[in-house]
Amino acid sequence: MLIAILSGFLFAFILVFAGNDLKNKYAIVSAIVPFGLFVYFLQFTNRIAAGEVIKKTYQWIPSLNVNLGFTLDGISLIFALMITGIGFLVFVYTAAYLKGHHYLDRFYGYLAIFMAAMLGLVLSDNILSLFIFWELTSISSFFLIGFNNKEKSSRQSAVLALAITGIGGLLLLAGMLILGNVTGTYSIAEMLSSQSIISDSPHYIIIVLLLFGAAFTKSAQFPFHFWLPGAMKAPTPVSTYLHSATMVKAGIYLLMRFTPILGSTELWNTTLIIVGAVTMLYAAIHTIFRTDLKGILAYSTISALGILVFLIGLGTKDALLAACAFILVHAFYKACLFLVTGIIDHETGTRDTTVLSGLRKVMLPVAIAGILAAVSNAGIPPSFGFLGKDLIYESTLHMGDMAIVLTALAVLTNILLLYAGFVAGVKPFTGKLPSQFEKVHLPSYLMWAPPLILAVGGIVIGLFPGIVEGALIKPAVTALGANSGDIHLKLWHGFNTVLALSATTIGVGLLVYFVLKPSEKLVQLAQKFEIISPQHIVESLAYGFAYFSSYWSKIVQNGYLRNYIATIIIFLIIVVGYTLFNHTTFEIDYNSFAKLTVYEILTLVLMIVGILFTVFTKSRLAAVASMGVVGLAISLIFVYYSAPDLAMTQFSIDTLTVILFVLVLYKLPKYLNISNTANRIKDGVISIAFGSLIMVLALEVLSQPQNTETSSFYAENAYILAKGKNVVNVILVDFRGIDTFMEISVLTIAAIGVFSLLKLRLAKKFRDK
Amino acid sequence: MKTIILKTASKYLLPLLLLFSVFILLRGHYLPGGGFVGGLIASIAFVVYAFANGLEQTKDLLRIHPGYLMPVGLLIAFVAGISPMFLSALPFMTGEWFAEPLAVIGMVGSALFFDIGVFIVVVGVSLTIIFTITESA
Repeated sequence: MLIAILSGFLFAFILVFAGNDLKNKYAIVSAIVPFGLFVYFLQFTNRIAAGEVIKKTYQWIPSLNVNLGFTLDGISLIFALMITGIGFLVFVYTAAYLKGHHYLDRFYGYLAIFMAAMLGLVLSDNILSLFIFWELTSISSFFLIGFNNKEKSSRQSAVLALAITGIGGLLLLAGMLILGNVTGTYSIAEMLSSQSIISDSPHYIIIVLLLFGAAFTKSAQFPFHFWLPGAMKAPTPVSTYLHSATMVKAGIYLLMRFTPILGSTELWNTTLIIVGAVTMLYAAIHTIFRTDLKGILAYSTISALGILVFLIGLGTKDALLAACAFILVHAFYKACLFLVTGIIDHETGTRDTTVLSGLRKVMLPVAIAGILAAVSNAGIPPSFGFLGKDLIYESTLHMGDMAIVLTALAVLTNILLLYAGFVAGVKPFTGKLPSQFEKVHLPSYLMWAPPLILAVGGIVIGLFPGIVEGALIKPAVTALGANSGDIHLKLWHGFNTVLALSATTIGVGLLVYFVLKPSEKLVQLAQKFEIISPQHIVESLAYGFAYFSSYWSKIVQNGYLRNYIATIIIFLIIVVGYTLFNHTTFEIDYNSFAKLTVYEILTLVLMIVGILFTVFTKSRLAAVASMGVVGLAISLIFVYYSAPDLAMTQFSIDTLTVILFVLVLYKLPKYLNISNTANRIKDGVISIAFGSLIMVLALEVLSQPQNTETSSFYAENAYILAKGKNVVNVILVDFRGIDTFMEISVLTIAAIGVFSLLKLRLAKKFRDK
Repeated sequence: MKTIILKTASKYLLPLLLLFSVFILLRGHYLPGGGFVGGLIASIAFVVYAFANGLEQTKDLLRIHPGYLMPVGLLIAFVAGISPMFLSALPFMTGEWFAEPLAVIGMVGSALFFDIGVFIVVVGVSLTIIFTITESA
């Protein structure tokens, strides 16, 4: 099973070398990978249907408890078959859709990585590897959305999607780590037995909220839904595969997977019902205000995801059954509608539903696929969609007090979804064929066969629900922790409330479709509310953040060395000064000071004169020279206090510093007003404050009891251990030799830095970049 | 700066200062001095020469770019550090000494070679920085 999951990554890796050969004639060959995987997972259906759960564990990082444990049960199987099956169709479709595209190999590579990551995600038993695969799907989605990376809007959408799903990924990681800590295991299978530990834990709420954050961002739930319509900038195969059939359902998968572990609490159910209901209705209403086919489909996808979250939130056996069935229903018809839209876009060059009509005359097989998918989407019998919708109503009707409200919400959403499906699947093909589309022709069968297969599949399963009942739906419901014994899918339940609701939905939906025509006016109407949409708010926040950070950088990183130094020093004064005056008692013992000698007084006078001269001179060179005098006076003080090594070093360093300054200043023009009075006063205040602080600090250090242990150790052992009499040097080259070694390495780096900063002459083509 | 006095003096100052810097380097283990100060003095020697005779001439005198001294010095210091590990299986940076002092130089041990490494690095670093800035200013 590991090889099955990794095969996508392997294929992507091979493409790096073989991509050029593959992308021209043999692009279709790459569809073997998902097809092989589809067959591979198909052979498990009998075992899964018999109630078996297949487990494989591989050691990966045992010390961190990260094992590659894979579990194949009912839910995993549904998802795995969807991923590989629709993946196969999308791979085939892409071969024609992006025929001759320069980066077709790259596209296949991303798709393959995505497929592998998605398979890993739904099969993982270890929650940490689940997280890794989760992130991989986000990243491959980023590359796929931004596939047309020369368009600014593509790049923006890709970044937006990555930002939103990336935040979700982080929340997931946090949630998983807490969950792992609470239960002491990272295996989902083992967590199933410790459900009560989790729900009694004080961290239960935070775990659930983090998990919700991850699932809602990934599955585009309100208010995080807005990245999904943007993601439709991707080529249509991507929209089909990632953003309707598979990736966006990862959040749903996560919620389903954790329903038996975290579910059945008020927090879980209520939140999911509310978020799901808001999303499904909000997005369904949005479809009315769109004229772009992909936009309509994007919002109807969000709405469908909302329905799924809503159903998981209901949490009853009926609802979970409905969710499992609806995942399949939706995958069939929505993938088909996307593929049909792709064909329309590819052949006519537009996705504007107000222009498109009558295309059945030029592309009949596509029209059949579109209409059949719209039928399934509308829930018109005998489609699979009818079955799915019945199950939804069945579950909302059994919710006790809330039944009426919940059912009303579901019916309303379904009416609007029916409208959306018809606009996307029926409207482009009916009516008169405008003259501009008369020359449109049917594309290669590689393009129209996949949607047709999906559309027909949706009807066939509706007629014979037994195909999926035992093999997929029942094991999935079992895996969700519900009893699946008495499930029996069938089209005809007799005359009852559910049938009446279905009939109402279809009737009103068709009415809406015939009365309401998509138009520019409605789009403009929706744009008026753009300012209060979550997308606008998040984008404003992001822009505000960027604006603030550039403003802040301008203040702090202003490019003037003197301001940097001033900032550092002021910061030090505040921090050290605050600690000094608040946390230490301050007293100076004047008696402990030795008497001043004549030499010291003379040196001090020398220093003060040097400083005053530096400050008030009009010549730069003179200022540097007098700074040198101050430095030499300091080394004199070192001599008085018997630190000859320090004195020598200070002397040489000072000499070299003066030389360096002179070298630079000598070449500067001779204007003399270096700084104005205000600046001088400011600088003076800062310097005096800093100098006083250091003085106070030194006095404070003196008043502390001295700890001479270290220094006496060095003094005593310099000769015994290191055969040297000069303790300073022995410390430098022996006791703390590694420090010295690091210091000379740093010096070398500094010299290389200076050299490359001043000497680097870029070749012309690298300049201005 | 083309002054005849400095020019003449620098001819004698350069070897004297270099000798002095080596002297400072070698006495470091017993008396004030060491590789760092020695290196600084040696660089000052070359800088004084450069002041009097110009940068180009000093470069000709050095023959190699001072930048090459940095890796050489680092290598010497590093070898001095690891030599005890190979010679007598002692930890990194343990001092190893010859039993008897050498004539003129005095006691010789791994710490001295380490100091020589420091010396060379300091010369390389300070001359590289000063020469680079002089050329660019």
